[in-house]
Amino acid sequence: MSSIRVVIVLFGLLILWHFTVEITSVPPYILPGPLAVIETLWNRFPTLIQHAGYTLTEILLGFTIGTLLGCGSALTLATAKPLRTWLTPVLVITQSLPVFALAPILVLWLGYGLPSKVAMAVLIIYFPITAAFYDGLRRTPKDWQALAQVMNASPLAFLIHVRIPLALPSLASGLRVAIATAPIGAIVGEWVGSSQGLGYLMLHANGRMQIDLMFAALSLLALMAVTLYLTTDHLLNRLLKKMSLDDLKA
Amino acid sequence: MHGQGSLPSKKQDIVVKNFSLTYENRQVFSDFNLNLHSGKWNVLLGRSGVGKSSLLKAIAGLLSTPSFEGSIKRNNNTHLDGQISWMTQDDLLLPWLSILDNVLIRNRLCSPRNSTPLIKKEDAMNLLEQLGLGESLDQKPDTLSGGMRQRTALARTLLENRPIVLLDEPFSALDAITRSEMQELTYKYLKNKTVVMITHDPLEALRLAHFIFVLIGPVVCNARSFSPESSPIRNLNDPEVIDLYDVLISELSMSKGDEL
Repeated sequence: MSSIRVVIVLFGLLILWHFTVEITSVPPYILPGPLAVIETLWNRFPTLIQHAGYTLTEILLGFTIGTLLGCGSALTLATAKPLRTWLTPVLVITQSLPVFALAPILVLWLGYGLPSKVAMAVLIIYFPITAAFYDGLRRTPKDWQALAQVMNASPLAFLIHVRIPLALPSLASGLRVAIATAPIGAIVGEWVGSSQGLGYLMLHANGRMQIDLMFAALSLLALMAVTLYLTTDHLLNRLLKKMSLDDLKA
Repeated sequence: MHGQGSLPSKKQDIVVKNFSLTYENRQVFSDFNLNLHSGKWNVLLGRSGVGKSSLLKAIAGLLSTPSFEGSIKRNNNTHLDGQISWMTQDDLLLPWLSILDNVLIRNRLCSPRNSTPLIKKEDAMNLLEQLGLGESLDQKPDTLSGGMRQRTALARTLLENRPIVLLDEPFSALDAITRSEMQELTYKYLKNKTVVMITHDPLEALRLAHFIFVLIGPVVCNARSFSPESSPIRNLNDPEVIDLYDVLISELSMSKGDEL
């Protein structure tokens, strides 16, 4: 049902777009019509798909590394009290520093290639993942902690069998935010310095007044981001449902 | 009918000695002494906030020593560590595990030692069968009723096979009929264990307890103890129960002004 609604909304927007262009007769170098953009998408498809693949790789690598780092930090925060006081300021810094401002430095240090964009994506998603997962781990019910202690449970086994699974709904919220924001990191990285990717293609096309190509790249990026989000959301919901955790607080 | 220390203390009794506790800058217990009888149902009765839960946690070894003074030991001077199992109002079932795996959770959480061998699967299945859960072994907790979930929690507690069972208001979230059934079932299965239960419900105490200890705040210094002559489970129409109910209610109301 929801996928049908998405398609209807998408078509509605396209039609609205088309008629706005028709009625206001905006020059095509400001806003090309949807048909012109679709035509460009078709004609330049090999170029577009190659750049899209590059951006997708950045996003997925950034997402994976950011998730691993975030989960690792959350587990450290939740289990090692002495480290908590040292790690918390690091977390606050990564969150309060405008990550975009770091993009030029990352490009300077890591070069024009993949690593600087992956690093941008990692920096953007690291905090939401850590915060969400840590929050979940901290909320292990008091009664459960008492029960484990009375049972003489080993802290590691308790973490693996009770605390982590109970924190999964919170981690899932973090992952949803992460997959929605990871593309921002990748694109900003490409804008600052790159020779590949959809962000680079958009800047390049803009410089040459190829506005239809710019919009084609943008549409492809939007499609990619929405697909990534919906897929992740679907998989997470299935996992939580399978574990009967779907009606617990997220 | 009532009075303190009416029975000679036995070796296995739990003795709370000179117990003082300050919680969030408020003195909760001061030089408090209590003898909990082994092999009997000891019910700690008190109004909310009087400190029943803190006392139970202290017995369970869940409070770190600097936060309280005094000692909680067996009468023969042995410690309670590893002798206790714990059951709460929340059934604490893990939603992703089947009923059978839930009652076997200790096998996952504790490394097997000589003192605590692994729980055998057959034992767990037999017990669940007796508790009327034989058909639900592979079901997940969210498909069960509140009563069935609490019976599962009871099975988990029993399978720990420890001599002391602490009950932290285990029936207070159940509806009246289920509560009554669970009280009977729990009493039957915990009959020869040393049970310490906390409750704020005088009727529940009168139904199940061999010994009732009324805790009266704001600073608990001693407990008024009652030991009804008849043995549990008592019928609530029993004249002794009706008489004692009035006594307990008036005892509990005494602390009304002090609490606020």
